[in-house]
Amino acid sequence: MSIWDWSYVWDALPLLYRGGVVTVQATIVGFAIALVLGLVFALIRQSPNRYISGAMAETIEFIRSTPLLLQIFFVYFVGPQFGIVIPAWTAGIGVLGIHYAAYCSECYRAGIEHVDAGQWEASTALNLSTARSWRVIILPQAIPPIVPSLGNYFIGMFKDTPILAAIAILEMLQQAKNFGAENYRYIEAITVAGFFYLVFSLVASTIVQSVSFWLKRRYHLQ
Amino acid sequence: MSDPMVRFEKVTKRYGALTVLDQLNLDIARNEKVAIIGPSGSGKTTVLRMLMTLERINGGVIWVDGEPLTHMEKNGQLVPANERHLRRVRGKIGMVFQHFNLFPHMTALANCMEAPKSVLGLPKAEAEARAAELLEMVGLSDKKNHYPIQMSGGQKQRVAIARALAMRPKVMLFDEVTSALDPELVGEVLNVIRKLGTEHDLTMLIVTHQMGFAKEFSDRVCFFYDGKIAEQGPPDKLFNDPANERTRQFLSAVLEAG
Repeated sequence: MSIWDWSYVWDALPLLYRGGVVTVQATIVGFAIALVLGLVFALIRQSPNRYISGAMAETIEFIRSTPLLLQIFFVYFVGPQFGIVIPAWTAGIGVLGIHYAAYCSECYRAGIEHVDAGQWEASTALNLSTARSWRVIILPQAIPPIVPSLGNYFIGMFKDTPILAAIAILEMLQQAKNFGAENYRYIEAITVAGFFYLVFSLVASTIVQSVSFWLKRRYHLQ
Repeated sequence: MSDPMVRFEKVTKRYGALTVLDQLNLDIARNEKVAIIGPSGSGKTTVLRMLMTLERINGGVIWVDGEPLTHMEKNGQLVPANERHLRRVRGKIGMVFQHFNLFPHMTALANCMEAPKSVLGLPKAEAEARAAELLEMVGLSDKKNHYPIQMSGGQKQRVAIARALAMRPKVMLFDEVTSALDPELVGEVLNVIRKLGTEHDLTMLIVTHQMGFAKEFSDRVCFFYDGKIAEQGPPDKLFNDPANERTRQFLSAVLEAG
């Protein structure tokens, strides 16, 4: 028996492909949730009402300070005890999105606080509404500089998707493991899965860099 | 003074335990040009920032164009203004800042169009025509598609003046608008302000360290010291024959420094 047998690779590919689709879908949907919800968290944190901003800060801290796996278990296994039954896919992606939203919101916050206070003053002096100031003045300056760090979370989230296997979602790594278990042969499937993770991460980081470059040019920053 | 454009009535501003302005009373007539001078920390910039509603006041009332700015009338009583009232009244005021505060991601033209479009509801073509006209007035027609980063300090400040004027304010506030400029660029900005003073019906409040400009341009000079107006009067009188010892000390220190 050789160390590497290509026939196992070909046999594993269909499964890995199916798992890969799940992994990519989970990453993209989960990160879309994280981006939008993270921004909402960050804006709530900026509320002038200190009870609201304080509550938001505590919530973010709480989400960041407990393990992702625990949060997924909580929603998926503890929820039904109280009559809250959420399908695995929804629960998994939802929790992944919310968990990373907490991290993204800290990125957004850094970006928002980096914008010069004079920009708010000019917006007030010109009588722009608060919503308009956020949308047209503050966020276009706050977001482009933080795209690289948001991108890190994108890749981080991608690498966290195997955690979904814990609630029986057949993502790529779980498919690789199952294939290995059925055939008593792990090396090919696990290696190829690793190769896919690597390729996806590299592609994603290139995309992030281009988006960052494009945004900075679009908004003439630096 | 009857029917002033701006009235500060016993206005007090505190930061924590520090009283920056103590029961300030100040009336500014329509079209009057008032220069505000004084040492740093004397509260002069705070006067402008309160009028622009960038700072909340801790006591008193500010009136603009015959109506309260910081307060609104409710059942015959003055209560602190809500955001809606503030937005309506502060539309009469425009401000130019020491550090320009241009929007860096917008061209000069777009900087001047944003508020007329989104606040006054002007159609794009009209906002653009107005912005172009004002940029021409400040001598920057050829820079209208430039971004702030591509302009000199003096040019940026002239765009900022055009941007404020695009809202057709009745009162214009200038907060040390030449302090961040290289010396050779101060003149072009002051020229624009001079031109505004002669060609437009504007009430102007100018916080400045340019004593020569204050003397030549203003109808009245207010010397602030320690949160109060220590002395005020026509520039000739105040600069040539100050009554207050503090004024004299300040002026001699400033003039000595050149």
